[in-house]
Amino acid sequence: MYSEKVMDHFMNPRNQGEIENPDGVGEVGNPKCGDIMKIFLRVRDGRIEDVGFQTFGCGAAVATSSMATELVKGKTLEEAWELSNTAVAEALGGLPPVKMHCSVLAEEGIHKAINDYRIRNGLEPWEEKPGASHAHSDDTCEA
Amino acid sequence: MNRNRLVYLDHAATTPTAPEVVEAMLPYYSERFGNPSSIYGIARDSREAIDHARDQVARAINASPEEIFVTSGGTEADNWALKGVAFADRKRGDHIITSSIEHHAVLHTCQYLEKQGFRVIYLDVDEFGRVDPAALENTITDQTVLVSIMAANNEIGTIEPIAACGAICRDRGVRFHTDAVQAIGSIPIDVEAMNVDLLSLSAHKFYGPKGIGALYIRKGVRIDNLLHGGAQERRRRAGTENVPGIVGMGAAIERASERREAYSRRLIALRDRLYEGLTERIEHVRLNGHPTERLPGNLNLSIRFIEGESILLMLNHAGICASSGSACTSGSLDPSHVLLAIGLPHEIAHGSLRFTLGESNTDEDVDYVLATLPPIVERLRTMSPLYAEFRRSQDVQ
Repeated sequence: MYSEKVMDHFMNPRNQGEIENPDGVGEVGNPKCGDIMKIFLRVRDGRIEDVGFQTFGCGAAVATSSMATELVKGKTLEEAWELSNTAVAEALGGLPPVKMHCSVLAEEGIHKAINDYRIRNGLEPWEEKPGASHAHSDDTCEA
Repeated sequence: MNRNRLVYLDHAATTPTAPEVVEAMLPYYSERFGNPSSIYGIARDSREAIDHARDQVARAINASPEEIFVTSGGTEADNWALKGVAFADRKRGDHIITSSIEHHAVLHTCQYLEKQGFRVIYLDVDEFGRVDPAALENTITDQTVLVSIMAANNEIGTIEPIAACGAICRDRGVRFHTDAVQAIGSIPIDVEAMNVDLLSLSAHKFYGPKGIGALYIRKGVRIDNLLHGGAQERRRRAGTENVPGIVGMGAAIERASERREAYSRRLIALRDRLYEGLTERIEHVRLNGHPTERLPGNLNLSIRFIEGESILLMLNHAGICASSGSACTSGSLDPSHVLLAIGLPHEIAHGSLRFTLGESNTDEDVDYVLATLPPIVERLRTMSPLYAEFRRSQDVQ
């Protein structure tokens, strides 16, 4: 059901683990729904110098966390903000339809960590694009 | 990592067809291919083979051969029992009772019947997954036409008090159906002693072929047909018989009955060693289902702070086949209805793992799982924010 790329990122996740004294942290998901992602950022001169993640979830949740962190590493915060869930899914060689919400979760996690960094630094948080998809509404686990 | 090793621990999903069962079936694909409804010699061979298989099935559950009707499997048998009795007895009442942990073949059929105007009560179960016969008795009304309670649960392995439920239904004049798909071959089933009026079974769960099963219908039970057409199965179930499948089901059920006691004893020993070994090696594990009233081969665990599908993927990588009640393995986003019904919180239900042992399993298989699973759990926990949070809360204390 998973592509080779997904299995590779699941079995050998990149950037897995907490970063000490991070500059921004974003936690998204819901244990009730079976997936939580936590993204840690170290930012230098407006660039993501290092990134880490912790994930509770299925194979796709781990693989999208791994791929999303790979894709934003070394990018400016503006560039990282533009990372879309579909780009994460494509970079993984596609995801089963029922797992697309994992890629949405990864995008949300990156956004939340960036805004956490901005708030800590006295900046206005960036706004999600109108119509941006959400992995979970308040109490349901819909994709 | 041993790529050549395959440890199959998903016998509740299906079992391999036993070689001697396959051998019994083979002639009915080739030289004995005749349609049992025809009158020439080779057709008679097919007819006799079906009669023999029907005897074998009847004997295994203490029924008469005329009470055994062949189906395409457990799902059809469940559909037929519920819809058939509900519609046949519609004038008498519109009330059906089942449990909240039935297989979807029963639950979704009940939901369909609700759309047709029937009222269905889904009985709660206790923390071990047991239906309370007293609750059943209190729920029966003069409108109740059918009660359907499974003999043993497919996910958590809990054995239900079928004889007690059957006795209550008999007293109250209500038809009693049991889905015994997981039970046959593992625990003794006797439709007379247990007061069962209808019983579903499926051959591929006891080392028979897939696509074949049976519905036992007690003599005198009014039931509408599900499939209409030819006069097969004494005009009850139309369609040319799956002769090789029927022969295989007969051979498999006879074989399973002969082996059942030794089989159960062996599986219980292996399973208990697996359970004890895992709880010694992994912290924060709970057993789901009843500690003793459970199917011999079933071990269902919740491993906290990690998610079931990721455990299965890593086990598969190591050549171990298991299953999970996690949402991610069900194609939906909700975890198993059975695990929620026994009161597990969602996040713990997501971390469930089911091993179901069978004939092929050995002590070496148990050792291999005991060596393989703990590092997988450790690795996934290292990745899990829930575990990190838990560790921090432990440190604070």
